[in-house]
Amino acid sequence: MAFSEAHRNIFQTELNGLKEQGLFKEERIICAPQSSEIEVSFPFGAEEKRVINMCANNYLGLSSHPDVVEAARKGLDHRGYGMSSVRFICGTQDIHKQLEQKLTEFLGTEDTILFPSCMDANCGVFEAVLTDQDVMIADRLVHASIVDGMRLAKAQQDTYKHSDMEHLEKKLELHQDKRLKVIITDGNFSMDGDLAKLDKIVELAEKYNALVFMDDSHASGFIGKTGRGTHEHCNVIGKVDIITTTLGKALGGASGGCVSGRRELVEMCRQKARPYLFSNTIAPVVVEGALAVLDLISRSTERRDKLEKNTEFWRKGLTEGGLIIKEGETPIVPVMLFNAKLAQDFAKDLYEMGIYAIGFFFPVVPKGQARIRTQLSAAHDMHHLEKALDAFLKVGKKHNILHKTKQEIIDMYGQ
Amino acid sequence: MYQRVRYDLNEELRKIKSGGLYKEERIILSDQKPGISVSYPVGSESREVLNFCSNNYLGLANHPRIIEAAHKSLDQYGFGMASVRFICGTQDIHKKLEKKISAFYEMEDTILYSSCFDANGGLFETILSSEDAIITDSLNHASIIDGIRLCKAKRYIYDHSDMKSLEKALKAAREGVDLFDHHPGLDKEPNPARNIMIATDGVFSMDGDIAKLDEIVELAKEYDAMVMVDDSHATGFLGEKGRGSIEYCDCLGEVDVITSTLGKAMGGASGGFITGKKEIVDMLRQRSRPYLFSNTVAPAIVGAALEAFDILTESNDLRKKLMENTSHFRKSISQLGFDITPGVHPIVPILFRKFEDDAQLSQVFSRDLYEEGIYVIGFFFPVVPKGQSRIRVQISAAHTTEQIDKAIAAFEKVGKKHKVIK
Amino acid sequence: MSDLKDVILEYVQEEYLEDDDDIEVTYDTPLISGGIVDSFSMVSLKRFLETRYNIQIPDSKATPQAFDTVNNIIKLMKEFGIE
Repeated sequence: MAFSEAHRNIFQTELNGLKEQGLFKEERIICAPQSSEIEVSFPFGAEEKRVINMCANNYLGLSSHPDVVEAARKGLDHRGYGMSSVRFICGTQDIHKQLEQKLTEFLGTEDTILFPSCMDANCGVFEAVLTDQDVMIADRLVHASIVDGMRLAKAQQDTYKHSDMEHLEKKLELHQDKRLKVIITDGNFSMDGDLAKLDKIVELAEKYNALVFMDDSHASGFIGKTGRGTHEHCNVIGKVDIITTTLGKALGGASGGCVSGRRELVEMCRQKARPYLFSNTIAPVVVEGALAVLDLISRSTERRDKLEKNTEFWRKGLTEGGLIIKEGETPIVPVMLFNAKLAQDFAKDLYEMGIYAIGFFFPVVPKGQARIRTQLSAAHDMHHLEKALDAFLKVGKKHNILHKTKQEIIDMYGQ
Repeated sequence: MYQRVRYDLNEELRKIKSGGLYKEERIILSDQKPGISVSYPVGSESREVLNFCSNNYLGLANHPRIIEAAHKSLDQYGFGMASVRFICGTQDIHKKLEKKISAFYEMEDTILYSSCFDANGGLFETILSSEDAIITDSLNHASIIDGIRLCKAKRYIYDHSDMKSLEKALKAAREGVDLFDHHPGLDKEPNPARNIMIATDGVFSMDGDIAKLDEIVELAKEYDAMVMVDDSHATGFLGEKGRGSIEYCDCLGEVDVITSTLGKAMGGASGGFITGKKEIVDMLRQRSRPYLFSNTVAPAIVGAALEAFDILTESNDLRKKLMENTSHFRKSISQLGFDITPGVHPIVPILFRKFEDDAQLSQVFSRDLYEEGIYVIGFFFPVVPKGQSRIRVQISAAHTTEQIDKAIAAFEKVGKKHKVIK
Repeated sequence: MSDLKDVILEYVQEEYLEDDDDIEVTYDTPLISGGIVDSFSMVSLKRFLETRYNIQIPDSKATPQAFDTVNNIIKLMKEFGIE
């Protein structure tokens, strides 16, 4: 060992820097299952406080749904706890194939391959299917895990301005000579809650002979009439060549992800994707839970419908109350505050009032776009939302930003 | 568009198949244990075989106490968190497990990851910059390689477990010169590294050989370098108390960063961790991308992992059984005349170095063993070097002596059939 | 000399700023450390310079620092005899 005082100091200095800039992340400890109301101990060891959770990706409220838990129990009893092996040695059970099949049907694709997480799916897919003769053209706001996947791939990289179809078209023209061109986008962008213009993207892909890749992690299960995702919403089912998504958000929220799409592309991932080859797949207990989730949401759209109603109520309530939100239709609703310190203070005040939401600021979002991101869930009942709305408006009033324009807020607090 | 891609990809898949590199999955219709039920090829009737290729070293994959703990955790903590750690994805049991692992290794702090693959993927980039250097064993696991690929530090590779080669690399990193002049004309100015980290597997998964950690630690001291060990194939069973290659080599407290998995001996579901110096772990919580951007280990798995560590601290029985099984198998199989790499690890590679068609032999051999009811995998180039094709056998504490004897008998029969032994 | 400056500035404005951005980019605005250009998009800037001026910028020179301001890029281009 040579972890000297000098080493310690290097890291300590950097950590102190983060604290000074207000960028230090602290974890709040939850002492109960994930739900619309949770018991939180913060700082760790402090007395537990009951708060309404407005920041989980538990969109459908299935993370602790009794049917899902029961199915997970069944998984444990029938297929054991662990596989202690990667897929292609002795780590594939019949239920893994069943889940892949179910996801294929649900997403309306040709085939599906499971990954330990959607982060791993995004990290493995590009390197597995693309060569140095290809180009990846990504929306500038795609998720960090896609950025990592692109960094590991040999294909050339380029980007286009967020959801700017003219700019995308320019880039497609520029790379006309490449063997494969892949347009890369999120379905629902997690920071703004805006949906990709997937119909337009597919049109451009057809015009310029490109493939379309979409990460639908913040949409699978609830966007679209039957919750299949952004491709259903944009009416392009079957036209997106590669979809990656997660089981770690709306679809139960435990863990796991997948690549779903053209048969040969999926097969290529089975042969070559490194996180698939070198890591255990999803544990049986999680697989059975996910199967139950897909059953539940294929049988009825009740939960996604409730989520849609909750979202409408919340967006309308905030806007009419005088707060500025990013417009849209998804259950990700950013309340814009523009100033980093204001965002932090706002979140703190909310927490005091029993509402748990997180402030985001640079570098997570662009400078001058600090915000509180709220996320709706089908687990929220009207009384939760009414209480939360009341708190948002009270705190907004306290900081004197209700019914103010963006410019007025910036004049008061700076950018 | 997709039509042409389809054609290209089918062509490439055909090549993979004709090269004998096509990976096929065997579907298991039971829980993981020594006697599993397999349907292979897909759709055929299932049959019972003895499993000698899992990482279920301690037999915890379906241990009743582990299953019970997972059930309890599901009831008390639910199915999923639907959030990353620092938003609303941390439960008290996650902190408890991190504490337990720190105590187990006598380390300052621990951070959980969704897998050890992700732990290795998120480690180097976070703590090393372009001013630093990383020195890596040539046979390190793919996930370490990916982690290094994502990191900007200068890279030096040393020959597998070769301490002279490691020292040469350390010197080069300290002086800031390239070991190989890849870019003549560029980087002429020596650029001494600020921090240096040596990265090695604790146990190398293809050979089951253990890193010379004691010597590595000595060299690290001499050259003021940090040491990182991936102990995935050792955690829980190597060393007197199961603290892996670090304990086996008597280096407890001397290694700065340990990464390991909960996905092998420790129950085998999923999850990994990094344990080490407090500031490093703190830094990882702030910046490590797989930690920031992915859910952590699900509650059911955390509960079971806590139980797994308890089982290990309560008694040595499973470890003892595993070591007895291993030495019984190693002894019998070499007495039969098979070519195995000597050692103590439950990974036992059976080599075909004396045979010209070693690659093919490894495949035929494993197929015949399967016919005899023994499930093992044959590995050949490029997974292992040319001429070193092998059957990799993995022993478990869950194997009974009868099951091991049955495997030995099958090896004898198939070995004689192919004239590998007399 | 002002030619090169303006070509780069115009490219940066066109390529990286969104319509509703009210950021003003000058010759000294930090592009990468200021969050206007991410490391990915830097690749397209590098490519633009390479094709437009018919040069090859080796990766070792294409550091985030070298690309951080228009003035820094001018300095880098000088090394390739472009002014």
